[in-house]
Amino acid sequence: MLGFLIRFIPRAVGQGIPLMYGSVGETLTEKSGHLNLGTAGIMYVGGICGVIGAFLYETGRKTLNPFLGIAIPLVCCLVGSLLMGLLYCFLTVSLRANQNVTGLAMTTFGIGFGNFFGGSLIKLSHADLPSIALSKTSALFAAKLPFAGSLGWVGKIFFSYSFLAYAAILIALGVSYVLNHTRTGLNLRAVGESPATADAAGINVTRYKYTATCIGAMISGLGGLYYVFDYASGVWSNNAFGDRGWLAIALVIFTIWQPVHSIWASIAFGGLYILHMFIPAGTNLAIKEIYQMAPFLATILMLILTSINNKRENQPPASLGLSYFREDR
Amino acid sequence: MEKKEPVLQLKHVTKRFGEVAANEDISLDVYKGEILALLGENGSGKTTLMNLISGIYFPDEGEIYANGKQVVIASPRDAFSLDIGMIHQHFKLVDVLTATENIVLGLEEEGKLDLKKSAARIEEICEKYGFSMDPSKKIYDMSVSEKQTVEIVKVLYRGASLLILDEPTAVLTPQETQTLFGVLRNMKQDGKSVIIITHKLAEVLEISDRVAILRHGRYITSMDTDKVNAQELTDAMVGHAVSLNIERPIPKKPRDRIVVEGLTVKSEDGVVKLQNVGFHARSGEILGIAGVAGNGQKELLEAIAGLQPIESGSIRYLDEDGKEEELVGKDPQAIMELGVSLAFVPEDRLGMGLVGNMDLADNMMLRSFRNGKGIFTDRKAPRELAEQVVEKLEVNTPGIATMVRKLSGGNVQKVLVGREIANAPTVLLTAYAVRGLDIHSSYTIYDLINQQKKSGVAVVYVGEDLDVLLELCDRILVLCDGQVSGIVDARKTDKQEIGFLMTSVGGGTDAQ
Repeated sequence: MLGFLIRFIPRAVGQGIPLMYGSVGETLTEKSGHLNLGTAGIMYVGGICGVIGAFLYETGRKTLNPFLGIAIPLVCCLVGSLLMGLLYCFLTVSLRANQNVTGLAMTTFGIGFGNFFGGSLIKLSHADLPSIALSKTSALFAAKLPFAGSLGWVGKIFFSYSFLAYAAILIALGVSYVLNHTRTGLNLRAVGESPATADAAGINVTRYKYTATCIGAMISGLGGLYYVFDYASGVWSNNAFGDRGWLAIALVIFTIWQPVHSIWASIAFGGLYILHMFIPAGTNLAIKEIYQMAPFLATILMLILTSINNKRENQPPASLGLSYFREDR
Repeated sequence: MEKKEPVLQLKHVTKRFGEVAANEDISLDVYKGEILALLGENGSGKTTLMNLISGIYFPDEGEIYANGKQVVIASPRDAFSLDIGMIHQHFKLVDVLTATENIVLGLEEEGKLDLKKSAARIEEICEKYGFSMDPSKKIYDMSVSEKQTVEIVKVLYRGASLLILDEPTAVLTPQETQTLFGVLRNMKQDGKSVIIITHKLAEVLEISDRVAILRHGRYITSMDTDKVNAQELTDAMVGHAVSLNIERPIPKKPRDRIVVEGLTVKSEDGVVKLQNVGFHARSGEILGIAGVAGNGQKELLEAIAGLQPIESGSIRYLDEDGKEEELVGKDPQAIMELGVSLAFVPEDRLGMGLVGNMDLADNMMLRSFRNGKGIFTDRKAPRELAEQVVEKLEVNTPGIATMVRKLSGGNVQKVLVGREIANAPTVLLTAYAVRGLDIHSSYTIYDLINQQKKSGVAVVYVGEDLDVLLELCDRILVLCDGQVSGIVDARKTDKQEIGFLMTSVGGGTDAQ
């Protein structure tokens, strides 16, 4: 049993971290009353921007400066996802475009953007396979805690991850703290619940919406970065990221808009997502697809449960998806 | 009263909305430690004036002085910083947050958020002024009066010394009103000034030190409360009747069409909206319903049309042959088929009755979409009807394929009323049919209603303008606080009597 857990848990965590970034970022955005369905696209853009940065830095160098090797992809990823967030905000906050349509368009755009530049880089690198391998940068990103190996199974389960994994947990805790225990968080929740009330209380609604959405986008983007450089060991191939962005949005609902729950729920989702790899040998592999449905079934189940329970705190922010016009009051 | 320092002075303040002046050349002083009641009919500009003081609107002309210094109040935040706090009629609270969280919302206090400390301060304020409130209770668990308490404490927490309450008692029970008045008196003792907007004369006389009267957006006068009586206040509020010449034929052989007995209706949160209401609506007659807005008019019409759940009482419909049918418990569709037609013009005009994004013809079809063969609807008839309505009522539209929301308010109302009338009703219920219309359009609507009356329809007309009610209707039922305070013959009454009935609960006798 322990042997199974030692193999299973680290892989579940590896799958879960991108989801954790995506869902925490999306939760923060949704708390401002904006449903950003572009999260999948933003994670994609975050990933490819990191890849572009790393590609430009790594190509032609024998050894990498560890600081630059991490900072360049990281900054590229943050800038790329910030720009996506700004674009989304401009369309939905300033121009009051329909949030669902904008978000879906952003996802389509983000995936296209990623595949276009991914394809170009693959051409430039003259690789045999349709992928780019940035193993030196990946080695920096995937560096594990030095003492992990000496702690036996405890080390393998708890300490065998890279810094971005621990950062995800810290960010989830941090966002949770800000939302629930600070003035800023209180004001932000009010903006998402009732922008007119927040406005009357002297809160700058537009600024809160922009800030929350853009920071949310940057957090989500980090999920893409983690996926490429840690989970996929620095190998970018088009469309490999798959439907993780949607899984992240499903997680927001599953965690009833509480980032702190995202920590265990992401890992659980990650586990469900890879469960099919642990099907006992000999079973019909067609069943694999059914296993992959598990996280979505869990989300549906959660939706049903929260609807039955009908507690006001477990509902989405009241003005989620609605544009705010001050003149409407 | 000895001369006191004014805390707030308005000088020649004017606010226009388009062509309409909601406030014109108003000068008003508010003194320290007084309760000033602001009295006026609907649409006399009371709320607009208070919104100017609290930073929601910005005056077009005139000056505002606070504590002797000229100030500019451009936003609610500016008003806060001048220690002015307004408690709106519609509360601005976030449902899923607690009372404390709502109160500290948007404040930039020193240090980190400490809800315990804030709650302690809130308890202190509550104790000082005699409120009772649980700071950790969520808003969605609160009754209307508790929510109002939160709003008032919110304003006090921000250190307001001038409080404006817009019809605070409209949603309260008599006991809650007494508690509120106790609190207001405590505030006065504490040197705070209070402006209270209310329609209820009894409350004005009970709580205020001074009364200021507005009429048609103008400041008329202000009086010391202990030197006036209800009659003088009514006279000043209503002013002199402006004569309107609306045709009023004598009803021909009126017969009972709708008989309402003992009707009681409660709102979702358990507030009694109508209590033991009874009246007869007769064919070929216009029954006017007067009352300050929100005293049960909407609920009454909706109850007849089958849109309101009813606590108790009966609504009977009598047809030509005198056959009776109970309407309570029937669904709106069945009531409509009996010939009861409802044309309710809500404040946002499009909220009920018309679909803004559909064109004229399609809106006509909302009444007739069930007609037609099989699964297909009949589109021809509504199109013809739309053309007729446009022609007959002079609706100003590029064509019948224009979306209704693109029409001006008056034209929207013509479309709505036109459609309801085209249904050949036997009972026509209209509410605020001329709300916001100019004189010409209003008269078109009055003519339409009169035509219906002449053809034997029982018309129930809920109106805001007393002059019009007196000219147009045959009988007038006055509602106050959800109760009938009188049914009077419109030919024999005057505005003073109606105005008095409007503000006295259950007063007067049934004059039919």
